Amino acid sequence: MVNLSNQTITATDEVPPLEAGPSLIRRTLGTSGVGPTLALVLVCAFFAVKTDRFLTGTNLSLVLQQTIEVGTLAIGQTLIILTAGIDLSCGAVMALGSIVMTKLAVNSGVSPVLAIVLGIAACVGFGVLNGTLVTSIKLPAFIVTLGTLNIAFALTHIYSGEATITGVPSEMTYLGNTFRIGGTGITYASIVMLALFALVWFALTQSSTGRHVYALGDNPEAVRLAGVHVQRLLIGVYATAGLIYGIAAFLLVARTQVGDPAAGQTDNLDSITAVVLGGTSLFGGRGSVIATLIGALIVGIIRNGLTLLGVDAIYQVLITGILVILAVATDQLTRGRHA
Amino acid sequence: MAHRTGGWRVRRRRLIAPVIGAALLAITLAAVSSAASSAKPAKSSAANAQIVVGLITKTDTNPFFVKMKEGANKAAKAAGAKLLTAAGKFDGDNASQVTAIENMVTAGAKGILITPSNTKAIVPAITKARAAGVVVIALDTATDPQSATDALFATNNYKAGVLIGEYAKAKFGNKPAKIATLDLSPSRVTVDVGRHNGFLFGFGNTKAIAKATNFVSDSKIVCSQDAQGDQAKGQTAMENCLQKSPDINLLYTINEPTALGAYTALKNAGKEKQVTIVSVDGGCTGVRGVKAGKIAATSQQYPLKMASLGVAAVVKYAKTGAKPHGYTDTGVTLITNKPVKGVPSKGVAFGLANCWG
Repeated sequence: MVNLSNQTITATDEVPPLEAGPSLIRRTLGTSGVGPTLALVLVCAFFAVKTDRFLTGTNLSLVLQQTIEVGTLAIGQTLIILTAGIDLSCGAVMALGSIVMTKLAVNSGVSPVLAIVLGIAACVGFGVLNGTLVTSIKLPAFIVTLGTLNIAFALTHIYSGEATITGVPSEMTYLGNTFRIGGTGITYASIVMLALFALVWFALTQSSTGRHVYALGDNPEAVRLAGVHVQRLLIGVYATAGLIYGIAAFLLVARTQVGDPAAGQTDNLDSITAVVLGGTSLFGGRGSVIATLIGALIVGIIRNGLTLLGVDAIYQVLITGILVILAVATDQLTRGRHA
Repeated sequence: MAHRTGGWRVRRRRLIAPVIGAALLAITLAAVSSAASSAKPAKSSAANAQIVVGLITKTDTNPFFVKMKEGANKAAKAAGAKLLTAAGKFDGDNASQVTAIENMVTAGAKGILITPSNTKAIVPAITKARAAGVVVIALDTATDPQSATDALFATNNYKAGVLIGEYAKAKFGNKPAKIATLDLSPSRVTVDVGRHNGFLFGFGNTKAIAKATNFVSDSKIVCSQDAQGDQAKGQTAMENCLQKSPDINLLYTINEPTALGAYTALKNAGKEKQVTIVSVDGGCTGVRGVKAGKIAATSQQYPLKMASLGVAAVVKYAKTGAKPHGYTDTGVTLITNKPVKGVPSKGVAFGLANCWG
């Protein structure tokens, strides 16, 4: 089934062959990305017809901004889910990172750049901790990250003293500024998020390490037999996810201009929702990080569009719930055909 | 690798499921949206002249906010305005409130009424909305600083505390008090501090002035716990307080769910008769607790009024350009069935007629 030579591990059909293959969409998103893309188009078309305020540059830029927090976290979440893991700690780790960087800069007088680096480092530290516990003690990722979720949450509240940190230096909020493209203001933070998606997509699909990550979720034993140091790779995946959470913390501070100890409490499930809506399989090995972006955008667009229509935001939660079931059902149906 | 070389037929089969999924989504979206918009007939395209008002509450589930929404809905309907509503996913959820403000500004709201979940963190988003010409009114909870919003329509929480403090003082006379306080949360937001200190001031602690920004100490307090305004946590907190000081005889709670939880703890310990419970809120369940004799007295506040005054102010701004400003006290009434001399109060019947939830 799987060719064991190092160069040609393609344990999953989600990694498109490098030679000329299917259409661009399919190559970028994988087969399971077709549904989410269709859903995104349908949702956009629906709101565009219903209200003339939806399809404006300013509004779409707004939705992109509103997706930054969950969208960026969902990049790390996708990496971990591709290895058949899961990360419940992402939102709490991000909150810790944002409190570390803002409190160091505002209350301890650390230079903003160093404070940002230390905040991101705290997130990487949690990533390494997660990865080490998952690989060395061989605990399920669910349990490990349930533990670190509580640890990061508690550390955030202990270190912050429950206080929101205001007066954040301008270096930290710089990415929250906008530049204009034809009258539409776009925040730098949105661009950073999109660049991260592109970078991770490239690394996942175009590097051998990226292919090993996919293979890890599909068949870790085969990866091991192929001569890959599975433990090191997995710790690397969790550490990278931590780094991405740290960047998310930085982008969050830029967007909100404060350090908020209560931030991110539902972001773990929200990021998993984005990943699942993007069609990435919770069983690992199948999926696309670009499809995750689409998943995150679908949630953001439904929330924005329903508000514009004057529909209570609770319906967004209802629709999201239905979508998750549809997405998982789709995954299960297509998965069944593999056997 | 059979599936990779399986050709069109296999590929097509793999495409069918997502397509069906997307189709189902379309149907769902249309159904939910039409169900929701039939309840609210105003369509944005047909509503260019209609005044749009936004209401953002801390959560969707608390009856206090449900009543607030009801008040806003009524006032909006009466004024022919369109009401947009949103809420955080949990108490303290700043991100959802920021998102809601942005979306409502885009939706063309003339004014936004908000009960801020995080009084400091919400300020930059409010500042942006005001810069875009939207009038922002805080309901129930002031932002930090209060000047971040155009106006504040809220209960005077300090006064609410003073009323129940005075009530307890009149009831206790010279009897020595052993006080337990079940407060909100360690972040000591203004509601928490105002009610707690107001209660102490009413009970005779002259240091507990309205301007204090944190709890003042009081030698009569034998136990203080945070119960997040939650009934189950109120019960646990009271159980722990009774372990610490079995002779507690006066209990202040931040709200009635906490009081009712504490009452259960007291009853389980056989001490419900030795403790006088005073609280703040005036929710229907709480007032029924007063009627049943579980709570001695409670200070009732009026969320419906906050919201209806808020909507009226936004409508006025849209029509005349006159912005509301400063603080408007939406009133508070002491509800008890055992009135004491020198402290004005109303009976349970009045409380039930004006309660929420």
